[in-house]
Amino acid sequence: MDSTKRYERLRERYLNGDLDRRKFLGLIGAAGLAYGVQTPFSRQALAAAEEVRFDGWGGVVSEAFRKYAFDPYTEKTGVKVVDGTFGGGDEYLSRVKASQEGEYNIAHLSGVFDYARYVNLGLNSTLNEDNIPNLKYVIPKLTDVFRGVTDGKLSCVPYDYGTTGIAYNRKYISDEEAKEKGAKLLIDAAYKGKIGGWSDWRTRVWYASLQTGQDPNNATDMDAVWEAVRTNRDLLLKYWQSGAELMSLLAEEEIYVTEGWSGRIYALQEQGHDIGYIDPPNGFGWQECLFVIKGSPMAEVEELLNFMLAPETSIAVAEGQNYPPALDPNKVDLGKKIPTLPAFDPTGTLDGLTFANPDYWNGHEADWSKTFGRIQKGY
Amino acid sequence: MSVEARERRQPWILLSPALTAVGLLLFVPLMFIVVYSFWLRTATGADQAGFYFDNWNEALTDPFYRDILLSTLRIAAITTIACAVMGYPAAYFIARARSNKALLLLLLMLPFWISYIIRTMSWINILGVSGAVNWLLLNLGIVDEPVQMLYNEPTVILGLVHFLLPFMVLNVYVALEGIDISLEDAACSLGSTRWQAFREVTLPLSLPGLAAGGLLCFVLSAGTYITPLVLGGPTDAMFANLVFEAIITQLNWPLGSALSLMLLAVLGALVLIYNHYLGMAQLMKGLG
Repeated sequence: MDSTKRYERLRERYLNGDLDRRKFLGLIGAAGLAYGVQTPFSRQALAAAEEVRFDGWGGVVSEAFRKYAFDPYTEKTGVKVVDGTFGGGDEYLSRVKASQEGEYNIAHLSGVFDYARYVNLGLNSTLNEDNIPNLKYVIPKLTDVFRGVTDGKLSCVPYDYGTTGIAYNRKYISDEEAKEKGAKLLIDAAYKGKIGGWSDWRTRVWYASLQTGQDPNNATDMDAVWEAVRTNRDLLLKYWQSGAELMSLLAEEEIYVTEGWSGRIYALQEQGHDIGYIDPPNGFGWQECLFVIKGSPMAEVEELLNFMLAPETSIAVAEGQNYPPALDPNKVDLGKKIPTLPAFDPTGTLDGLTFANPDYWNGHEADWSKTFGRIQKGY
Repeated sequence: MSVEARERRQPWILLSPALTAVGLLLFVPLMFIVVYSFWLRTATGADQAGFYFDNWNEALTDPFYRDILLSTLRIAAITTIACAVMGYPAAYFIARARSNKALLLLLLMLPFWISYIIRTMSWINILGVSGAVNWLLLNLGIVDEPVQMLYNEPTVILGLVHFLLPFMVLNVYVALEGIDISLEDAACSLGSTRWQAFREVTLPLSLPGLAAGGLLCFVLSAGTYITPLVLGGPTDAMFANLVFEAIITQLNWPLGSALSLMLLAVLGALVLIYNHYLGMAQLMKGLG
């Protein structure tokens, strides 16, 4: 019952003689007080469902989301999308852990291991897939791995995939040399002081595994891995912290070679920089998803996810951010640009990419992140 | 209520908003950090409440933390000395300027109008391979290829000096402003040279300002993590970077809490030593 109806009933009772004047005025006063106290909070509660917060990697990725997904979605539904950015998954998880439920809604997470970490911390929600019919266009292999973590249910929708390969300045390093040396290019003493590296312990351990001839998802000689991480550290100019810094270091020729994110390197190439990019054998493949955090307004979020998975939106975002979409090329015509993007798999099976095994990586997270933190500082 | 009782209560009434803010925004969070430091991080990254000394044991006995702490204190000390050497003449010049004093002070404050991170990052455009200095060196034919000047300890110190110099200048300036200029003239009239007058009269009288500026520069530089992150090389981390990593990268809030309290204790001890010998009044003057 709204306040107007309640007042009308009260007035009717008063006019019928059921209430004396003092009681009537008292009840009107109490109603006014209750309305005054309740209204600001109810407005806030309603406002929360009128906007959804999205956090992503910033830069060209955020620009693509804003231009091709959020603005058209807001125009269509009236639901505002507030977008924030983060420099890395670890930093963002810390922010979410410190937040109030509902403060963060959708995150553009990388890797199944991140998905598993959020689930382990109880930060996930369960999607009603009936509200996301566009899920049918997604490569089945991408959803299956997430379902494996959350008992067949989904807390995210897969959105895109890419690789962390080796990026090099062709002015100083030829394609042939890069192909021949592969991951070992990052520990080549000839480029001392001109090598960059992401300050992410997983990437460092992954590439050190490749440099020591081991399976990145099952390294057995960790001493050799850490030694390779040390060798790489001693040759580095700098550990970069974000995609923007990666692009700046390469574009300004502060560094000649680094591992890099396929989409960011493609963006540099589009800007005219002569940067080569290769995925060495067993290079780091990853998939990104739109993860829904516990306490989010599910109806609005599911509607946004469905909108973002619509082929026209998904393809436009993919072309903007330069990462292939999670859409199955056997079900959706992906246009002309996407098949040219690095890491794109035309078969839709993704068999050519090596993804991180979440059990292996999350099982070693506490030890390895700490060990890398020490090696990074010269130990 | 008697007049005396009302007068006794008045300062507390006036102070209550500030005390409430300090209590809620400083002491309560600090207590949370203290409690957190006795918890444990589980394998999944979740926190295990309890009363464990593991984090403190690790923070206090592991040479890794001790070495980085000592390195941080060394960098902070070098930064403070550099700020003092560069800041004192600037403060002296401003204090003794006959005109445009307000303009000079305004120029000193100007950097505060720009974000600290932006100011730090500006060094990339100055000292980078494609930066202004290399451009000049290459165009003047002094070097054949760009000189690698960034991402090492000297650039971290440079960034810190850039950030902290105004704090030093302001503190010394305040101290110099309080010195009667005729004292130097009196010393000269008694036979001392200008340099002797400065060394024997002005410098000792301005030492509290120098010490206050030094304390501020030291504490602020020892607690920074942005500068080594932006301008440092692979091994140029400072202690605050360890706190950042423990909390953000490793999701180990309990260990991060113990480390941050350790840094707080070291810097707090310095402030107490300063207060014991010089008192906080000079620091307040500089900050004001």
